[in-house]
Amino acid sequence: MAGDLKRANLPPLSLHVPEPKFRPGDKADYSDLVIPAAGEAQRPDVSAKPDSFHGLAYSLVRVLDDEGRAVGPWDPKLSPERLRAMLRAMALTRAFDERMFRAQRQGKTSFYMKCTGEEAIAVAAAFALDRDDMCFPSYRQQGLLIARDWDLVDMMNQIYSNKGDRLQGRQLPIMYSTKEGSFFSISGNLTTQYPQAVGWAMASAAKGDTRIAATWCGEGSTAEGDFHSACTFASVYRAPVIMNVVNNQWAISSFSGFAGAEATTFAARAIGYGIAGLRVDGNDPLAVYAATEWAAERARTNQGPTLIEHFTYRAEGHSTSDDPSQYRSANEGSDWPLGDPIARLKQHLILLGEWDEERHAAMDLELAERVKASAKEAEKNGILGHGMHQPFETMFEGVFEEMPWHLREQLEQAVNEKKVAGL
Amino acid sequence: MIEAQTVTDGRGDTKRMNMIQAINSAMDVMMARDTNVIVMGEDVGYFGGVFRATAGLQAKYGKTRVFDTPITECGIIGVAVGMGAYGLRPVPEIQFADYIYPALDQLVSEAARLRYRSAGEFTAPITVRSPFGGGIFGGQTHSQSPEGIFTHVSGLKTVIPSTPYDAKGLLIAAIEDNDPTIFFEPKRIYNGPFDGHYDRPTSNWSNHPGGEVPEGYYRIPLGKANVVREGEAVTILCYGTMVHVVASIVAEMRVDAEIVDLRTLVPLDIETIEASVKKTGRCLIVHEATRTSGFGAELSALVQERCFYHLEAPIERVTGFDTPYPHSLEWAYFPGPVRIGEALKKIMKD
Ligand SMILES: Cc1ncc(C[n+]2csc(CCOP(=O)(O)OP(=O)(O)O)c2C)c(N)n1
Ligand SMILES: [Mg+2]
Repeated sequence: MAGDLKRANLPPLSLHVPEPKFRPGDKADYSDLVIPAAGEAQRPDVSAKPDSFHGLAYSLVRVLDDEGRAVGPWDPKLSPERLRAMLRAMALTRAFDERMFRAQRQGKTSFYMKCTGEEAIAVAAAFALDRDDMCFPSYRQQGLLIARDWDLVDMMNQIYSNKGDRLQGRQLPIMYSTKEGSFFSISGNLTTQYPQAVGWAMASAAKGDTRIAATWCGEGSTAEGDFHSACTFASVYRAPVIMNVVNNQWAISSFSGFAGAEATTFAARAIGYGIAGLRVDGNDPLAVYAATEWAAERARTNQGPTLIEHFTYRAEGHSTSDDPSQYRSANEGSDWPLGDPIARLKQHLILLGEWDEERHAAMDLELAERVKASAKEAEKNGILGHGMHQPFETMFEGVFEEMPWHLREQLEQAVNEKKVAGL
Repeated sequence: MIEAQTVTDGRGDTKRMNMIQAINSAMDVMMARDTNVIVMGEDVGYFGGVFRATAGLQAKYGKTRVFDTPITECGIIGVAVGMGAYGLRPVPEIQFADYIYPALDQLVSEAARLRYRSAGEFTAPITVRSPFGGGIFGGQTHSQSPEGIFTHVSGLKTVIPSTPYDAKGLLIAAIEDNDPTIFFEPKRIYNGPFDGHYDRPTSNWSNHPGGEVPEGYYRIPLGKANVVREGEAVTILCYGTMVHVVASIVAEMRVDAEIVDLRTLVPLDIETIEASVKKTGRCLIVHEATRTSGFGAELSALVQERCFYHLEAPIERVTGFDTPYPHSLEWAYFPGPVRIGEALKKIMKD
């Protein structure tokens, strides 16, 4: 190569390709992972300028310590009732996931995605936000709907694409949408929701509303251009929006290094845009609550956007189509040093004398029964692939507000086809 | 730069392969022949791709030639253009064709026009592989057939195979080609041909002649169609999954149809099409993609312009409906045997 000849005294360039520390067959070892102690991170005033707390983008906001005590300035000091309600919503989310995952395995639907280990991120955020704050989630925040007491049967109808499905069987399972639940229609295309959330927030500000927006994407998805467009708009217009990055370490088989985690944190993305940035222990429901509450107050008082990185671990496969044992070390999840969000909140409540093992076991049983009953109810409306649950015409409706001639013609063709096929 | 040959030129021994294995083999053969060939994309490295199309390649050729990328399709294609400018021959994968849209600017404004605007100084010898098409209950973001968006762009070639044999030979030709090529892989037939009857047992490639694939290097030239079945009564133009759906309904209805598998949409094998339609006097066009401004419209215009005085019936198109790809009504949407059969009856009537 020409370069070699001209600079014979220089060593050749080499290409760096990231590599995760552990692969199948390796024993995952977290001893060199720096985990700041609970209670250590400072809590800036909500009116503080983003450049006065850059350190928080490299630290970790943690409230619950190893013994389950709530410590430090970020302790949101929630009542026992509220803590129990949060615990319950997280446990219900997990029970729901278990059941629906199994339903897919039983052939009742085509696809499912769990959020195991990440329940706190959606559930605690939903508790800290107002019910009418608009959420623009990715596919892994079912906890938002569950925390907002959304009807489980309605969610299951969508998963089964059955005749009770409000989305008329049009969307892939789990791609929920409910305007009433302030939950934007989920897209399969990663990170598209990010600039949309910013736009919604800008509109709310322009109209002198009081509602704010929140959005979520995975750490892998921060690589998409939409993430960066969203940050720029949010910064320029000081949009009342909370941008959450769920860093669960993996994007299907690609570890976070392929999104830039070898070089810096995801929270630090905020610094370049002049946005407030927080890095939070995503398996600590109180930390997630506190950070969201803080960011919501900033947004609602015209102090602008906040980017929150939730440091967590994807405890299960990416989806029902994935087998993580092909690319991850076997003990990586079980040895995750930040524990399990449900276990941690349970420990905290027990320590407070507000909960015990018996009540927890009884709750788990009750929730499993409730999910089971909901599934039975939903299955009465049909499961995917067993019969035509939606009338034919619905396929052609909703492409436009009014059906143009060419779609009407195609609808007639479809009806004729059905006759010919003897259906 | 061609390395010492580790594969024999010529076809060598053949092996039973499904379409994934054939595609994998094409990349393997090309990486062995040319150190400038590199493979990249989301999950293609260690894991070998969500459909396993790049399995084993990283272990064999190393991380600097086969690597995972950040999740940014625009970045993947932009980086591929830059690598091409350096002199590499990148083969980026877009995980699903439904996710190619963020890359449109790099494909349409950059890769497609680089040769033209630099008067040949820079080129974009990249081959963008991507699974496309429906039939797997993938909903609207794992089912689309966006080939018409790319055939509309001057400077891009578009290739769609219908068998493992074709997939390997065409992919090798696409990688060797010095222009940017979109290589859409019909994922419904990765594991076996599909007759369009979703409720019947699926078959695999082991008893289909297209599943017999040479292990070494061979190429199928871009721009050459394949007459899958010769016939006198009607010409059917199709590609990808629909070749098999068409073949099965033609057999069922006992129509003496000439089935032309286009294989390459741009550049198109117009001679084969013209000769066939002039012989049969009838033309049916079948694709899974939506109808309006679909590639069938281009085919219809070409056939009308060139074969008008030979036509005995109006040209017919069978396509996907002009709606997003639905989830639960997948099989009502899919242009299957009934829709094709009705069109055949209509075109054969007079
Ligand atoms: C634009 C786009 N590109 C690729 C995909 C395929 N895909 C779906 S999920 C995923 C990984 C996302 O990882 P991450 O953002 O970390 O979220 P997580 O799944 O971990 O919650 C990929 C590559 C997609 N859905 N959309
Ligand atoms: Mg992730």
